[in-house]
Amino acid sequence: MSQQTQATTFDVERIREDFPILKRSVNGYPLVYFDNAATSQTPKQVMDVIVDYYSNYNANIHRGVHSLSQEATDKYEQARKTVQQHLNAEKAHEIIFTSGTTHGINLVANGFASILKEGEEILVSAMEHHSNIVPWQMLCEKTGAKLKVIPMNDRGELIYSEFEEILSPNTKLVFLNHVSNALGTVNPIKKIIDKAHSVNAAVLIDGAQAAPHIKADVQELGVDFYVISAHKMCGPTGVGVLYGREEWLEKLPPYQGGGEMIATVSFEKTTYAGLPHKFEAGTPNICGGIAFAAALDYMNAIGFSEIAGYEQELLEYAAKKLKEIEGMKIYGEASEKTAVISFNIEGLHPYDIGTLLDKMGIAVRTGHHCAQPIMDFFKIPGTVRASFSFYNTFGEIDRFIEAVKKAKMMLQ
Amino acid sequence: MTIKEKQEQIIDEFSMFDDWMQRYEYMIELGKTLPVIDEKYKIDENLIKGCQSKVWVHAELDGDKLVFTADSDAIITKGIVAILIRVFSNQHPSEIIEADTAFIDEIGLKDHLSPTRANGLVSMIKQLKMYAVAYQTQLN
Repeated sequence: MSQQTQATTFDVERIREDFPILKRSVNGYPLVYFDNAATSQTPKQVMDVIVDYYSNYNANIHRGVHSLSQEATDKYEQARKTVQQHLNAEKAHEIIFTSGTTHGINLVANGFASILKEGEEILVSAMEHHSNIVPWQMLCEKTGAKLKVIPMNDRGELIYSEFEEILSPNTKLVFLNHVSNALGTVNPIKKIIDKAHSVNAAVLIDGAQAAPHIKADVQELGVDFYVISAHKMCGPTGVGVLYGREEWLEKLPPYQGGGEMIATVSFEKTTYAGLPHKFEAGTPNICGGIAFAAALDYMNAIGFSEIAGYEQELLEYAAKKLKEIEGMKIYGEASEKTAVISFNIEGLHPYDIGTLLDKMGIAVRTGHHCAQPIMDFFKIPGTVRASFSFYNTFGEIDRFIEAVKKAKMMLQ
Repeated sequence: MTIKEKQEQIIDEFSMFDDWMQRYEYMIELGKTLPVIDEKYKIDENLIKGCQSKVWVHAELDGDKLVFTADSDAIITKGIVAILIRVFSNQHPSEIIEADTAFIDEIGLKDHLSPTRANGLVSMIKQLKMYAVAYQTQLN
């Protein structure tokens, strides 16, 4: 079989044993899960941590004097340290637990409402997810700041010279993704961060799509804010992290009021708690945070460079096979990209292809992928997106290619 | 033919197929027979919301019967619309308002009926019935 020609030492069959869901069938076929950019699957090591939490030490944290509360607090704070180490943040309190990337972005956007002034500018890239566009548009409405767009080329790469062109001393904030969810493009964020800092603009990086494939080092990047979601990297839904450089987190006002985030409260005046609690009002997703740390441990035990290397082999193999299909158009052919392929077949609607693939047990995403500006750029209603993870196989890609061919035959 | 009779006819047709692939191939064929909507009605006001693909529906009265024409940019969606229109078109609005749509289940398209499904089959049915309500008022 073709997949045996791929030389790899990566033991994917052993890894697949960790993911019970990969054994199920869908519509009578063994599941092929290629919607990893939307959400990843969960290994039993992470599920075990969730069960252990609810079986043994479920309690509210930080305020209890009893043992369970203390145990839960210790594990939760240990989880924060795990994330800190993973991102190489200087301080643990620079790690704010959130409900996910969208929450993290909104928290920062809300904070900037009291910093930005009318007429000041903020820059966004042309390849953002709606969640990294809409909160900033709302911020502009509130403050009178102006939103400017860093354009991209036909290959789905940002045009750096245009970025240099629109960046000015009037630019206060630059926000873009590390990796595009619709195209897989890896953006040159280090270069962009350094350049933005030369005019004292802050930079927020949406790391949701990068985090499952690339281990970001926030100190090396010198980034001001970096946001990620657990559920895209083998963790549970409803939990994520905002990394913020201490000086920025000190500057931003709290996002939500409530318990946990206060130092003292009276009807005359409330003083806020220090970091990270200032931004963590209310009872957090305790179990989620602990399980997120378990997911990071799981992925780190496999190794991010091993994961990235294997995924690149999957990507190249799938791209080569797809291109052999007549009428195939792949969107996003940046020189550096993660294991995501967005495509259309000439004359066919992505929804039709996705529907038939599903009937053959193959999960892909179709539509605009919450990135309508990208679809407008390419003048298409949407794409079919296949996104791979380290637990996918070359054999699954072969099945996917056969299914795409069959769908094409049925639809034409 | 009444709505009920048309539904039974469609159930009969689909019962000939052994697997999903034949059903979908037939649906794709049906899509090609859809009474095509006049280009001038393919406007945003006639778009059905909630579909990943675009669906336009136009309704007009022919005597006391309501006639639907439609189109979609996706062929499977077009097949689903064709089935609905075959059932509901050329019927009195009151019949359309009262009709049930359990036949969708019987022809193996139940999974398309989920309100969270992005193809908007539920929205399509709702829209056809809304037209019927509007024209019913006009007939009275």
